[in-house]
This record gives sequence, structure tokens and C-alpha cells, in this order.
Amino acid sequence: MPLIAELSISILLVIGGVFALTGAIGLARLPDFYTRLHGPTKATTVGVGSIALASVVYFATSNARYDLIELLIMVFLFLTAPISANFLAKAAMHLKVKTTDDTRGHPWDQ
Amino acid sequence: MNARFGFPRPLLSLTLLLVWLMLNGLSAGHGVLGLIMAWGLPLFTRDLWPDSPTVKKPWRLLLYFARMMVDIIQASLTVARLVLNPSRQPKPSFVSYPLTLEHPLAITLLAGTISLTPGTVSADISDDRKLLLIHALDELDDKSLIEAIHNRYEKPLLEIFQ
Repeated sequence: MPLIAELSISILLVIGGVFALTGAIGLARLPDFYTRLHGPTKATTVGVGSIALASVVYFATSNARYDLIELLIMVFLFLTAPISANFLAKAAMHLKVKTTDDTRGHPWDQ
Repeated sequence: MNARFGFPRPLLSLTLLLVWLMLNGLSAGHGVLGLIMAWGLPLFTRDLWPDSPTVKKPWRLLLYFARMMVDIIQASLTVARLVLNPSRQPKPSFVSYPLTLEHPLAITLLAGTISLTPGTVSADISDDRKLLLIHALDELDDKSLIEAIHNRYEKPLLEIFQ
């Protein structure tokens, strides 16, 4: 495997790992349910995205398998992440989950 | 080709074909199979779909998605910085966003974009489809957030769909 491929795979994997970890830290550290919603829709998208990209590069250089099946993971993730976030938010509003005191504005009544 | 046996949804057909080829690899056989799917599935499910939107400028959609990818990466960096800085407490806020888009699919696209980009999650839509409730993770100025979303995402979508 050429050095440049190895390098880019490693960098992508590290980026992916860092973002996934950030998402997890956010989940633990952010103050209320609604702010925690932001973790999975953002940090994790990039995390999984770069790991999938690393996989594309790896299989293209080591097995000469040039397909983009991993990109579909990203596509489906982008399609489903907003929907699951939306449903979680709706469920939280329905159950009147408490927000932090410094939240401005109010969720709607369901 | 008449409407009964044609391609009622060219974009859906194209997407199905591309996804099929990506899943199974490029080969003549899967090309034919993918074409059959791309032709048959939209016809069979035609009655289940709401009226199709008129996509006026399909190439603008590609531009829109490219910009979205860049924004997603930027947004992740901002959120990561916020999360990893222990002295910083986020200032969350609920914002009601007045929609000018009308078609359900366009609104869905906008809501999805909002959920994936800068510190915002779209939480709900009013029954008359005129207001979108957005939860912002760290936002002090509601007006500038609404303006930013309008200029950056809703205007291009308006151009594409209306």
C-alpha cells in the first residue's frame, strides 16, 4: 500500500475517532435533553463519515475494490439523523422535558 | 411514452438506479436490473406519493448539497469546540422560524439541513406549516439566526422549488 494511502487512512481514522469521542463527551457534558440532541446529529455525522471514507480508501488501495458502498452509509446517515433528532425532540416536548434555566424561548405545547 | 408507463419521477428513478449500482457494483447485469427497479418502483408506489414538486433547477440541488457538506464540517468543528471547552456553558434557545417555503418536500429538506448544520436542530412544525421550531445550541441573537438560515438555505431552496 502506498505511503500516501496509509497516511490518509490514518488521518481519516483519527479525525473520525476524535469526532465520535467529542459526540460522546457532549452527550455526557451538555446540560439538558435538548442540547444533548446536538451531539448525534453533528459530531457523529462527521465521525462516521470520515471512518467510512477511510474504508473507501483502504479497500481501493489494498484490494483494488473501487466501489463507493461506504458512501451509502453516509447518505443514509444524513437522511436518517435529522429524522431521529426530530422525533426525539417531539417526544421530549410531548413529555414536557425540563430545559436548563438559561434557555431562552419555550418549546411548543403538544 | 405515455404517463402510465413512463417515468413519473425522474429524480427518484435516477436515485434508485445510482443506489442500486453503488450497492452491487458496476456491471451490465446490475445496470439492467437497476433500470428495471428505477422504472418499476416509482410506478408501483406512485399512488403513495404526495404530488411531486417541480424541481426547476436540478443542478442547483447539487450546489446546495455541496455547500451543506462544507457547513456540516464547519458546524461539527464549532460544536466540538463548544463541547470540549470546560469553561464555556452553551446558551440554548428555542426559535420560531417563519417559513416561506410551501412544498412539504422543500420544507423537509430545509428542516433536515437545519438539523445537520450550525448548532441547530429542527424540533417541530406548526400545523399550518408556517412556523418551524428550532432548538439552537448556542445562540444569543434569534434574529440573526433566522436571517442566516433564510439567506443561506431557504433562498436557494426557493429558487430550486418555486
